[in-house]
Amino acid sequence: MMRPKLNILRDELVNQIIAEGMELLMDPGVRVHNDDALSLLADAGADVDAESQVVRIPEHIARQALETAPSDFYLYDLDGEPVVHYGDDSVQFDPGSAAITILDSETQEQRPPLTADFVKFVKLVETIPQLDAQSTAMICRDVPEGIGDLYRLYLALNYMRKPIITGAFGKDTWWTMKEMLVAVAGGEAELAARPIAVFDVCPSPPLMWSDLTCQNMIDCARNNIPSELVSMPLAGATAPVTLAGAVVQHTAECLSGVTICQLAQAGAPIVWGGSPAIFDMREGTPPMGAVETWMIDCAYAQVGKTLHLPTHAYLGMSDAKVVDAQCGLESAGGAIMAALAGLNMVSGAGMMDFESCQSYEKLVIDAEIIGMAKRLIAGIEAREEPIALTLMRELGHRADYLAQPHTLKWFSKELYIPSAVIDRGSLDGWKRKGAKNAFERATDRVNELLATYQPSPISDELRTELRAIATKAARQFGMDELPPLPED
Amino acid sequence: MSNNLLAQITRSIVDGEPDVTTELARQALDAGLEPLAIINQGLTPGMNIVGDKFATGEYFLPHLIVAASGMKQAMELLQPELRARQQTIKVAGTVVIGTVKGDIHEIGKSLVGTMLSASGFQVYDLGVDVPTEAFVAKVKETGAGLLGLSALLTTTMTVQREVIEALVEASIREQVKVMIGGAPVSQEWSDTIGADGCAEDAVGAVALARRLVS
Repeated sequence: MMRPKLNILRDELVNQIIAEGMELLMDPGVRVHNDDALSLLADAGADVDAESQVVRIPEHIARQALETAPSDFYLYDLDGEPVVHYGDDSVQFDPGSAAITILDSETQEQRPPLTADFVKFVKLVETIPQLDAQSTAMICRDVPEGIGDLYRLYLALNYMRKPIITGAFGKDTWWTMKEMLVAVAGGEAELAARPIAVFDVCPSPPLMWSDLTCQNMIDCARNNIPSELVSMPLAGATAPVTLAGAVVQHTAECLSGVTICQLAQAGAPIVWGGSPAIFDMREGTPPMGAVETWMIDCAYAQVGKTLHLPTHAYLGMSDAKVVDAQCGLESAGGAIMAALAGLNMVSGAGMMDFESCQSYEKLVIDAEIIGMAKRLIAGIEAREEPIALTLMRELGHRADYLAQPHTLKWFSKELYIPSAVIDRGSLDGWKRKGAKNAFERATDRVNELLATYQPSPISDELRTELRAIATKAARQFGMDELPPLPED
Repeated sequence: MSNNLLAQITRSIVDGEPDVTTELARQALDAGLEPLAIINQGLTPGMNIVGDKFATGEYFLPHLIVAASGMKQAMELLQPELRARQQTIKVAGTVVIGTVKGDIHEIGKSLVGTMLSASGFQVYDLGVDVPTEAFVAKVKETGAGLLGLSALLTTTMTVQREVIEALVEASIREQVKVMIGGAPVSQEWSDTIGADGCAEDAVGAVALARRLVS
């Protein structure tokens, strides 16, 4: 079967981008504000300037790292099933992460998320078949900021079954997060063998690594926990304005990440990912709904695939402030491009106002977009041999296909059947159902899905253990007791 | 001739040709024009036109930046001449800006700095990851009437509050207005931490700065 696939770059351009990315590792080099990484790189033969913390990485070291980095790996759900495949052209979706606001369903205004909001969100993600993984999608404002990262994971682990894309905001909190993951997986070895989480690690454009995120990446590698590079060149502001130039920068940053990761632990899983954007030349903002943003993503995905690495991107988001036409068109454009690019993990569902706000309603609308995107890349197959001759000769000029066994046999495989979020009824039918707009239909869908939520399989003992781990961390930040988990 | 030179200086700012601006400013000095005239009748009208063109959507951020750098280059040439004449240009106000400790995000802060400079403010940009004490020290040293604090992360916006507390501690909170900026920052947050205002973007920051110093 020929699967629809977007190769946005010519092969020669891919090769030139990789070559220039390799050259940037030597000149001007990468600035790494992390002692652990600097000594790993120095030991491997890179030239480290201790004062400026700039390291020049020879191509052969980066090439060696590309050799040892796995080309694919799986994430497991809490039932132990491999449900997410990072590799080849597998395409999977998870919600956008770390929103600082939630779009209030009643007022349709943004407000700070609280514990109950994120719990509701995790439950909703569990019930949405189009979503393949959870993410630590928002930062709850009812706990101290110092535990903002691990508290999200704590909540998610109480309600999820799907694997999760997460990330740490501190060097120490990473260890608390790992402790919780180990508890859920049933041991260190079990977690390494069947990872249930990926940690996002973000280089700082241009060509820099902060201490915190670099350490997170190294700690992930040493514990065989997958990490996901989130390189984010901002074309025209922190990166060249040319799209190809932005991809060169992305390539260099990711190559440096893969190198540090593999030096910490050869064979540790790492994902070629990112969240680049163009720079809006009027507003000075990073639009995620811009076609050029999507093009940069698709281009670096092609580079990552050429280097035989799993891929990821932040796509399928919108810059709109309300769930409106702009919101739909931008989210659809990005998600469909991502699917066509064969990106292994596409983070972004539910997210709007750049990467600031999460919305339940947008999430279920995006689920329909994702359903359609997945259908698109499933492609068109012959299904029968001959395709249609036998059937069409049998029916001749009778328009009686609806009644044919052939239709019954194939329609549900051929057609993506959307939920009632998508209105395909007649005008009268639509009026009879209350003449609801997409947001109102999405609200209904959210409630309908939440009613189907099945509690996660973890034991009460494990829940108690997780709470103890999270509470211990909270006490270091002046919170004696965590907020109670919402009833039912 | 002299009027023509001033018009050309204005034109070069609008056209975004910093080297031409500098060269024309040099010619204007050689022709005996007063530095204040070059600034007030050559450079500033150019910046005003650029600002208007940005406001109407004809110009974009790169145009603003290049115009501001033309202004800056020419001023470097003119400042010694002003000093020699014991003249000063009226500054709209003195501003210390920077991105707070723990945060290395630069773009928004620098954009605001550039725009404030181009709008006649004396700007001291302390850069990124600026220790709280450094803000306090610079405000003391310069006697700045304005302090701009940038934070992009929810984890670092709390540092904006710490800086304000440090100003109180150092007994200079009364002499300086504090404006805050950054993606997670809101008017509500500004009120919560006792800042004097926040702005959505660089253009808004200039308007806010003007309001705060008036």
